Amino acid sequence: MVELVTDYLEGAMPRRLRRRFEAHIAGCEHCSEYLAQMRLTIRLTGRLQSSDLTPAMRADFGALYERWRAERG
Amino acid sequence: MILHQHLFSTLAPLGCNAVALAAVRWRRAPGDGGPGAGEDAELLDRLRAGDEDAFLLLVDRHQAMLLRLACSFVASRAVAEEVVQDTWVGVLRGIDGFAGRSSFKTWMLRILVNRARSTGVLESRTVAVGDAGPVIDRSRFDASGAWMSPPEHWIEDSDDRMLAESVSERIRSVLQELPARQREVVMLRDVDGLSGPEVCLVLDISEGNQRVLLHRGRSRLREALEAELGVA
Repeated sequence: MVELVTDYLEGAMPRRLRRRFEAHIAGCEHCSEYLAQMRLTIRLTGRLQSSDLTPAMRADFGALYERWRAERG
Repeated sequence: MILHQHLFSTLAPLGCNAVALAAVRWRRAPGDGGPGAGEDAELLDRLRAGDEDAFLLLVDRHQAMLLRLACSFVASRAVAEEVVQDTWVGVLRGIDGFAGRSSFKTWMLRILVNRARSTGVLESRTVAVGDAGPVIDRSRFDASGAWMSPPEHWIEDSDDRMLAESVSERIRSVLQELPARQREVVMLRDVDGLSGPEVCLVLDISEGNQRVLLHRGRSRLREALEAELGVA
């Protein structure tokens, strides 16, 4: 189960294996905990976001844009 | 007899530590754009029409993603910033030719990967896909494949610890420790929200490799969080 969990979450399992996987999860408390933890891990990783532009970067990108406009005509 | 064995092997219950035997192909086609694709398309239209604010908004939306990926490819932050800067120049220059066959994110990330590769990529990247071996130590299972040392139950979703900055910090530091390829796949999929097929396009890897890298990376993150979020 622990080695198949990503194939399962990715929908990359043949139907028959998927059914066996789900049957196993339904009857195994630990594996069902494990699956829940993998889902939660994915959600928590998805929370990482960051960094607004600093004013200096904003100015740099403004200049980049102006150069492009000039070049493009 | 052979038939029996065959039936037995395909119908036998799965062990907790069962290993992948087969895989099927993606059901989702690349280029469906994913979250935020609509906003990108709108900003691109405004940019083509000569709206500088639209450019700054695009930079704002994607700068963090580009920098994260660039840092994974090159040795220093300074070089990574140059690569990102170069990428934006490439985006501006290519914008009139961008036909929208892939999502804007995918297109832009491919520009970045090309720039990063031509700048000089870290040597360690030549390491193959898997640090082979199981994602969970074999000693946690008995001979039949059942859990001996099962995963600890995690705290409830509503618990403040779940939302604590320390959890994000832990995830960030584990991501840094992952092999580059695993880190790239996990970041692009789980932080930046690309689809599997999009990640394959951006990094030039096969579907199978993408899944293995994702699996190893996510498993490693789960393991690290077990210590943070276990109830005991």
